[in-house]
Amino acid sequence: MSIESSVADRRFTVDRQALIASLRAVLPEQALLVEEEEMRPYECDGLTAYRQLPLIVALPADEAQVQAIVKVCHALKVPVVARGAATGLSGGATPHRDGVVVSLAKLKKIISVDPVSRTAVVQPGVRNLSVSEAAAPYALYYAPDPSSQIACTIGGNVAENAGGVHCLKYGLTVHNVMRVRGLTIDGEIVEFGNAALDAPGYDLLALMNGSEGLLAVITEVTVRLTPKPELAQVVIASFGDVRQAGDAVAGIIAAGIIPAGLEMMDRKAIHAVEPYVNAGYDMDAAAILLCESDGTPEEVAEEIGRMTAVLEQSGASGIRVSQDEAERLRFWAGRKAAFPAVGRMTPDYLCMDGTIPRKRLAEMLDAINRLSEKYALRCANVFHAGDGNLHPLIMYDANQPGELDRALAFGAAILELSVKFGGTITGEHGVGIEKVDVMAEQFSLAEIAAFHRLKAAFDEHGLLNPGKGVPTLARCREYTLARVGSATSPRS
Amino acid sequence: MEGLIENWIGRVADAASAGRSLAIRGGGSKAFYACPEQGEVLEVSGHRGIVAYEPTELVVTARAGTPLRELAAALAEKGQWLPFEPPHFGASATVGGMFAAGLSGPRRQAVGALRDYVLGVKVLNGSGEVLSFGGQVMKNVAGYDVARLFAGSLGTLGVVLEVSLKVLPLPVAEKSLRFSIDEAAALGKLNAWGGRPLPISASAWHQGVLTLRLSGAAAAVAAAQRHLGGEELAAGLATAFWESLREQTYAFFAGDAPLWRLSLPSVAPPQPLPGSTLIEWGGAQRWLREGDGRAIRVAAARAGGHATLFRADHALKASEGVFQPLPAPLLRIHRQLKRAFDPQGVFNRGRMYPGL
Repeated sequence: MSIESSVADRRFTVDRQALIASLRAVLPEQALLVEEEEMRPYECDGLTAYRQLPLIVALPADEAQVQAIVKVCHALKVPVVARGAATGLSGGATPHRDGVVVSLAKLKKIISVDPVSRTAVVQPGVRNLSVSEAAAPYALYYAPDPSSQIACTIGGNVAENAGGVHCLKYGLTVHNVMRVRGLTIDGEIVEFGNAALDAPGYDLLALMNGSEGLLAVITEVTVRLTPKPELAQVVIASFGDVRQAGDAVAGIIAAGIIPAGLEMMDRKAIHAVEPYVNAGYDMDAAAILLCESDGTPEEVAEEIGRMTAVLEQSGASGIRVSQDEAERLRFWAGRKAAFPAVGRMTPDYLCMDGTIPRKRLAEMLDAINRLSEKYALRCANVFHAGDGNLHPLIMYDANQPGELDRALAFGAAILELSVKFGGTITGEHGVGIEKVDVMAEQFSLAEIAAFHRLKAAFDEHGLLNPGKGVPTLARCREYTLARVGSATSPRS
Repeated sequence: MEGLIENWIGRVADAASAGRSLAIRGGGSKAFYACPEQGEVLEVSGHRGIVAYEPTELVVTARAGTPLRELAAALAEKGQWLPFEPPHFGASATVGGMFAAGLSGPRRQAVGALRDYVLGVKVLNGSGEVLSFGGQVMKNVAGYDVARLFAGSLGTLGVVLEVSLKVLPLPVAEKSLRFSIDEAAALGKLNAWGGRPLPISASAWHQGVLTLRLSGAAAAVAAAQRHLGGEELAAGLATAFWESLREQTYAFFAGDAPLWRLSLPSVAPPQPLPGSTLIEWGGAQRWLREGDGRAIRVAAARAGGHATLFRADHALKASEGVFQPLPAPLLRIHRQLKRAFDPQGVFNRGRMYPGL
């Protein structure tokens, strides 16, 4: 299978013993894992369907050690795969068979939290939620909140340009990071961005966000902190029809409201979540919307009133407004637990991540339901409806012959539809190895070639995270040929 | 339109094979900015028009030659706008010029910069290929973020053909307040207020007067006004004031003296530099008239930021350089990126840095 060819790529010829010797010369002994059993925990990230042992795992404790590792790898032409908490869902941190996994887990210091400049300087291994916890005494927080925020780290957030449930109003990682310090593959220290609001030259800081570890190894990040709103309230609206829920999303935006969060769950997702967390969701609804307002108490009261009016006009069969912070958190708990809740219903699932224009939401849901029948696999849907980012969760059992292949085909069909509807194959989870082939659906050969040239501007020999993010031109051609020859393509 | 792009592709190929440079020109409103144009002019303002605009999607796609005024009017008709308040610097300003210059106006401190609203681009590269990056949706991590790389790249990487931008609803209410206060105290206040959930959307300090603008829900603006005090500025005067800052028609910007822009951490103290200063963006953007270029650049770097020679004659630009010099590893990456998109160095040669 093509994904396997990514990790089993044999372009690199590495003398493992010489590599170990070179690394031992520059690192303390405990910073290297070389035995198979100690490397096992590093064989995959959140995309657990694909596992690969690396040659070596390195656990540097500071930037100087990261630099030493990168220099050795550069000199010996060894692939480098940087790794944070490995919660990523697209295989961005899957090891390379001939490469070194550089775990940044030990670089977990919060270097400073400055309430006056509203910034925090952190090492890449700091967990997303710890930044907000450290800023909490100053009534500040770090806005991007991916579902994995308890575990995922800032370095990984930058590498993937992580989103969350509040990005429509507060932006993605790229909007909340001011400076990234790191190492180029030749071991030079570079800083993209600074403590001001812009930097001279090209916007390399923007380029670092979402670059999936292919351009540099991150060693330090300055993030922007946001003042905590005085109050937040969430409205839950139930709909008897998915189409009405989709129209309500458009209606809210048309009314000039930018909700702090706007999420949608379909019946299967509600039924997965409710017995698991008792969030109080309407089990009879075809879909629910969670719509959050934040700001001053006056502002929130005004906005909740306007939201409620739009939701009623759109045909909501039930509306509830959180009455206190505990209730607000309970309403959100269901949405945030959607992935593990679905995980309880099925031995395995695939989480897709296409983004489409909001107006196509209902159409997309209909199409997903038809595909679910076609491939005879259940699918629960949770959407970041405010920004059109879909997370269909395709349930399968890898132990049943053929089910994984059907699940992959189902997922590919959803991604093709996302592109056809004017959207993208990935909104926030990244390409990694999972979607590397589908890139050819979205980009022309000339565009893919431009990505390769851009990569080479940073990493001439292609040592940083090879096989991820951008397909080779040969694989693009293969993909396109296979598509043309395929009668099962759902394009219509 | 297609004929136009075909023609440009031919021009690019000719220039590449002859080793010539093309100076990309839209409305010419920002020709004063950055290093002087070199080479034969490639006139691109004919490629114009809004390609797609659906207010409920919060996205607009426009061809690069679209007059900025036309785009602003189309958005205003639907109660929306570009929240980063891009400066036009003239009636001829185009969407492509706005994007290539990458400049943002007074609201930048509150809502982010132009690059934060960029969703996608279509460009013509130095090999004559038409390429699209990003898209028309809010979230998109497929491929490198080339769309944002092109924002503010001053046309050095290619010709921008189309831009997709996120738009937002216009604020419901706005009020501007004035305070008499000295520079250091103003910087202190601005940073303290910045750490609280106040709807401050712009600030300007000059000659002992701090002007603040509040924007948002009517209730929030009213509550903040009660809390902050100050003297309210009449609505018409306030609109004119913020527009004159955005367009640099305010008295501070008049005359031929060189204009320096210092981009600093908002908490940087008053700079020990001679000359008149005007402070925007909560302390993060500071303008200076006159001064010694070397001293300004040293002070900016020491404070953790950088300085741009924003307006000056060619001679001064040539001797001081327009933009803060880049550290060697970054300059190397810039040169390699330039080569990746424009291998023959056709576009806007030297417009950002010599040799780029």
